[in-house]
Amino acid sequence: MKLYLLILFVVVCAPASSKTIKAGANEKYTTIASAINAAVTGDTVLVAAGNYKEHNLVIRTTIVLKGINYPVLNGEKKYELISIKADGVVVDGFKIIHSGVSSLEDISGIKVYDSRNIAIRNNILEDTFFGIYIQNGFNCSIENNQLTANNKEEQQSANGIHCWKCDSMRIINNKVTGHRDGIYFEFVKNSIIWRNVSTNNMRYGLHFMFSNDDTYVSNVFANNGSGVSVMFSNRIKMFSNYFEENWGDASHGILLKEISDGYMQGNHFNRNTSAIFMEGANRIYMTYNSFENNGWALKIQASCVDVVLEKNNFTGNTFDVGTNGSLVLNKFNNNYWDKYEGYDLNKDKIGDVPYRPVSMYSMIVEKYPPAMILFRSFITSLLDKTEKILPSLTPENLKDTAPLMKKAF
Amino acid sequence: MKKIVKYVITDILRNKIVLVYTLFLLAASFSVFSLEDNSSKGLLSLLNIILIVVPLVSIIFATIYVYNSAEFIELLVSQPLKRKTIWLSLFTGLATSLSIAFFIGAGIPVLIYQANMVGLTMILTGVLLSIIFVAIAMLATVKTRDKAKGIGAAIMLWLYFSLLFDGFVLFLLFQFADYPMEKPMIAVSAFNPIDLSRILILLQLDVSAMMGYTGAVFKDFFGTYIGIAFSFSALFLWIALPVWYATRKFNTKDL
Repeated sequence: MKLYLLILFVVVCAPASSKTIKAGANEKYTTIASAINAAVTGDTVLVAAGNYKEHNLVIRTTIVLKGINYPVLNGEKKYELISIKADGVVVDGFKIIHSGVSSLEDISGIKVYDSRNIAIRNNILEDTFFGIYIQNGFNCSIENNQLTANNKEEQQSANGIHCWKCDSMRIINNKVTGHRDGIYFEFVKNSIIWRNVSTNNMRYGLHFMFSNDDTYVSNVFANNGSGVSVMFSNRIKMFSNYFEENWGDASHGILLKEISDGYMQGNHFNRNTSAIFMEGANRIYMTYNSFENNGWALKIQASCVDVVLEKNNFTGNTFDVGTNGSLVLNKFNNNYWDKYEGYDLNKDKIGDVPYRPVSMYSMIVEKYPPAMILFRSFITSLLDKTEKILPSLTPENLKDTAPLMKKAF
Repeated sequence: MKKIVKYVITDILRNKIVLVYTLFLLAASFSVFSLEDNSSKGLLSLLNIILIVVPLVSIIFATIYVYNSAEFIELLVSQPLKRKTIWLSLFTGLATSLSIAFFIGAGIPVLIYQANMVGLTMILTGVLLSIIFVAIAMLATVKTRDKAKGIGAAIMLWLYFSLLFDGFVLFLLFQFADYPMEKPMIAVSAFNPIDLSRILILLQLDVSAMMGYTGAVFKDFFGTYIGIAFSFSALFLWIALPVWYATRKFNTKDL
């Protein structure tokens, strides 16, 4: 009996017998590669601070690779730094700089190949082509990383955090700047993007394609080439994100293209050329979002169906809503519009006359862009006023039947 | 000449309308800046006032003033003075007093709240607009002897520049919707000093990004030194041509 117990004890505690292997200039293993080769499943490789030029580190066993005081891995502008090809690997606390550049091989700072349960955290990546690239991963977490690139041209740059064909990812508290797309999702399911800051990227702060059932919460997307782009995806949820300062000719806070069953709550849109640009969006529910000081708060193409806006605040936007046709299959209800000039006789805080957020001039501009030359001229405000009294050109059904007299929140 | 200019200015100051105009501008600008929570928004609201009120007051006041000084002009003509001098001093007096009124009324609040490139452009274009519409008013008065007709013409001219012209531009855009109209629009805008000023100011503000492709074309043109030189010389032409033509007319006019 005692023998059985002993065997059981040994079996249960066996994983705990994993050892810690140190790598560094003054340690037994002077290179990280040799330490990784010596490690077996479950070991921890501790890397001392210093500069390492070891070309490509390939991890093929389940280990924890941890840096002390941010050891620097230098790719000398030729190599991929860390390649992970085993499940359950942890990469923690490295400074990864100067990866190679190749669009053919998608060279990255850290790349994960077909693996599960990976954690990549507390790393600093500078001047990498792709930053962190997960290819066919499952249940991986990318946390507290800082990614910086100084790209000048879109063609020669790549994405910060790139996930392709993944499931159950957690992208938490990363900072991405200067890449092509800050965070890129393609065929990624059931994942969460939480508390990331994606700024000053060349193209999009967040780029989403064919990715269903994802949620993003409390992220900041500011000053990106053209904002955030969410395309061809279903059941996306967005809570409390900030879309700011995406100001330029073709910029928008967020582009929703071919999106179905989305839910947006508590997002802030501030100073974007157009805060939301919607094309072919179906069944999107938006509530408690605030739109402030945008050029267009909402550009909703006639191809959108069943988009519902309730209890949102629209303040200080040049144009509240722009559209390109007379067909309206969307619903506006109980929003606050600062341009609303109606009254509230029964004091129930809901305006008695409907508000039409599409101005005549915005319709004209949509049809004839050069008419923008008359922006803020006397005649356009006169036209808008006449149109308000007798709507003829603006879509009859695009109206908020019960606008709020005071801000919704 | 100096003496006549001085006399004209003191006369204008004495009749108090310009004073009221200054006070109105002051009140309007200060209230606009203190009502809006950020001052660049205030600047946009002020833009509307400048583009509508300044031309209107300048053209109407100048027209009526010139008609009312018909006897004074006759008196001056009987003196050993050149007609050109009399006419130009009248113009200078009017333009100076209205520009000063604008500068005090709108310029000072703008300098207090928004002393940057946008503010400076706004002040400069406002002053230029005051002078341009005085020049246009002088042309209207010299062309018609009848006072009612002259004032009517001045009002029509104001209506034309601030409203009808833009309607015409809109009509043109609808008719030529299939053609790239961005570049011709730049040329067309030169035919209306109010449009030109508005575009100049808007391009200084970053709302230009909203204008999309059109805005980019404008910015490419009006943003360069050549573009700025072009637009200001166009504005100066709007002063010089009417004044020159009106002076020539006045020289040979049977009073």
